[in-house]
Amino acid sequence: MIEQVVRVPLAVGEDLVIQKNRIGSGGKRLCVVTGTHGDELEGQYVAWRLARWLKAHPEHLKGTVDIYPALNPLGVSTMTRSNPLCDLDMNRTFPGSPDGAMSEFLAHTLIRDMVGADVCIDIHASNIFLREIPQVRINVNTAERLVPLAKRMNLGFIWIHAAATVLESTLAHSLNALDTPTLVVEMGVGMRLTRAYGDQLLTGILSLMHYLGMWDAPVMPVAPPIVSSDGHVSFVNASRPGIFVPSVAHAAYVEQGQELGQVVDPLTGDVCETLICPASGLLFTLREYPVVYEGSLIARILGGAL
Amino acid sequence: MREEILFTMETPYRRPLAVRGWYFGNPERRSLAVLGALRGNEVQQMYICSQLIRALAAMEENGELAEDCGILVVPCANQFSMNVGRRFWAADNTDINRMFPGYDQGETTQRIAAHIFSALQGCSYGVQFTSFHLPGDLLPHVRITETGYERAEEALDFGLPYVILRRPHPYDTTTLNYNWQIWDTQAYSLYTRATDCIDQSAARQAVEAVERFLFAKGLSRRAVPAPQEEPSLLREEALHSLLTTAGGLLQQECRPGDRVRPGDVLGEILEPCTGAVLEQLRADCSGRIFFAHRAQLINGHEAAFRILPD
Ligand SMILES: [Zn+2]
Repeated sequence: MIEQVVRVPLAVGEDLVIQKNRIGSGGKRLCVVTGTHGDELEGQYVAWRLARWLKAHPEHLKGTVDIYPALNPLGVSTMTRSNPLCDLDMNRTFPGSPDGAMSEFLAHTLIRDMVGADVCIDIHASNIFLREIPQVRINVNTAERLVPLAKRMNLGFIWIHAAATVLESTLAHSLNALDTPTLVVEMGVGMRLTRAYGDQLLTGILSLMHYLGMWDAPVMPVAPPIVSSDGHVSFVNASRPGIFVPSVAHAAYVEQGQELGQVVDPLTGDVCETLICPASGLLFTLREYPVVYEGSLIARILGGAL
Repeated sequence: MREEILFTMETPYRRPLAVRGWYFGNPERRSLAVLGALRGNEVQQMYICSQLIRALAAMEENGELAEDCGILVVPCANQFSMNVGRRFWAADNTDINRMFPGYDQGETTQRIAAHIFSALQGCSYGVQFTSFHLPGDLLPHVRITETGYERAEEALDFGLPYVILRRPHPYDTTTLNYNWQIWDTQAYSLYTRATDCIDQSAARQAVEAVERFLFAKGLSRRAVPAPQEEPSLLREEALHSLLTTAGGLLQQECRPGDRVRPGDVLGEILEPCTGAVLEQLRADCSGRIFFAHRAQLINGHEAAFRILPD
């Protein structure tokens, strides 16, 4: 059933409405959330596949699934990452407040709607600059509780990252702090759909539901992921501005000393910089957007300090 | 006066971004650092710095700066965005003021923040002219982040009508103001009226506030007349927000500074196509209008006014 989570009038003849699709009833509750960043669309495919699959097989659903495909409807509809009303990153406005201005009110109402779920999955798609393999990201402080759930998600990599105060304003942090286990998925690239990643995650969501006792049909086996902390991740940043031309494929295994790509200058025909892989391992992040500046992230490799 | 390039960042197809600073007084001392535009729309903030540079140059010329006073002014750290009419870093829309203290091995705007922070660090006092995130006019004030290191009463020496203490949210921990404070600089954000267009009288008031502060701290010998009203210190929570219920055209009946009593009509929201009154916004306490939403269009659940209660 399509439900309205929050409605706020806009200036001229339109309301901002955030909707969810509630499928099933009673029992455990799973929230699948996406579209917080309006330029991240990989979750759209997952939301659609999941809703369709559950509608087609209601007899196997033992519980409630709430699907929120667009937490930031104005952003998704206008190709804008942030909430276009205030240019604020919505994922820095949680937990919000009931009597704050619009962005805080929206954040508060969303949290209130999701809190108490047995698991929440918040699907992101990197940004337009970087392509990511499907992964679960977990704050080290919540690892003990979340890693066992994340292992069911059929994603190859679980990145346990350090805590940062600024990240306390995210949806995931706020829900976890309210005792609602929330997993953040990052996959693919902004403004695109990667069907294979979406299918992979759908299998993972059904497997997690099966594990939680919410889905009684047989599920496909999931491969055990690599679980890793910050210490095993190496970063490569550009040190020169220009156009980045990769020489490796995303998601490949790379060797220390291997060339990852070049930053080139189309005006002069020169190579400004050759980027060398600092460690052997899995190239799980690779620059997608060619224009780079000093500092632009080019790649992340898993296996760095192993 | 000594002009220096604080750092340069090369960009694809554009001239290098050179951030310039102007030093005054004793080069061995770091008494005060002043930052203007960090975002591309902070034209007024840059203008204030330009006027401050003129005032400080005259003071230096006249021997009015104390021997142990050293000042750095950075009017604009983000012409890269300003020149193309964008508020945030124009390449990836990140906000440099959400990147402090910066990281010199990190992403582009983290590196820029690190450069800015290292140039501004180590001063006793730090002043940032900054802009409010909501479109609107507000009363001039000094804003201080409560970190436990702040000495709020010192901000009264600017002589602006209000000093507001703000309890930081998690997302405030990456602002310049917060990090300055953590790293031993007394940090003040000075808010005056305009942002994207120049308001000369507001700029004069801001420059005068810095001059008054320097005099009060014994850093200059140029006396500045006392402010017309005694400055007061308050917490941000003391302000009453008047939230809208309807969306539409906002017609204001009052301006910042106006005195109001409970029940006074401060503005109306009109149905934008028919002109019918959808909502009357009434004062819920007696006090002074502190903030008034400026844009003509307003949504539901937005702060149309903020009142400072008596
Ligand atoms: Zn995202």
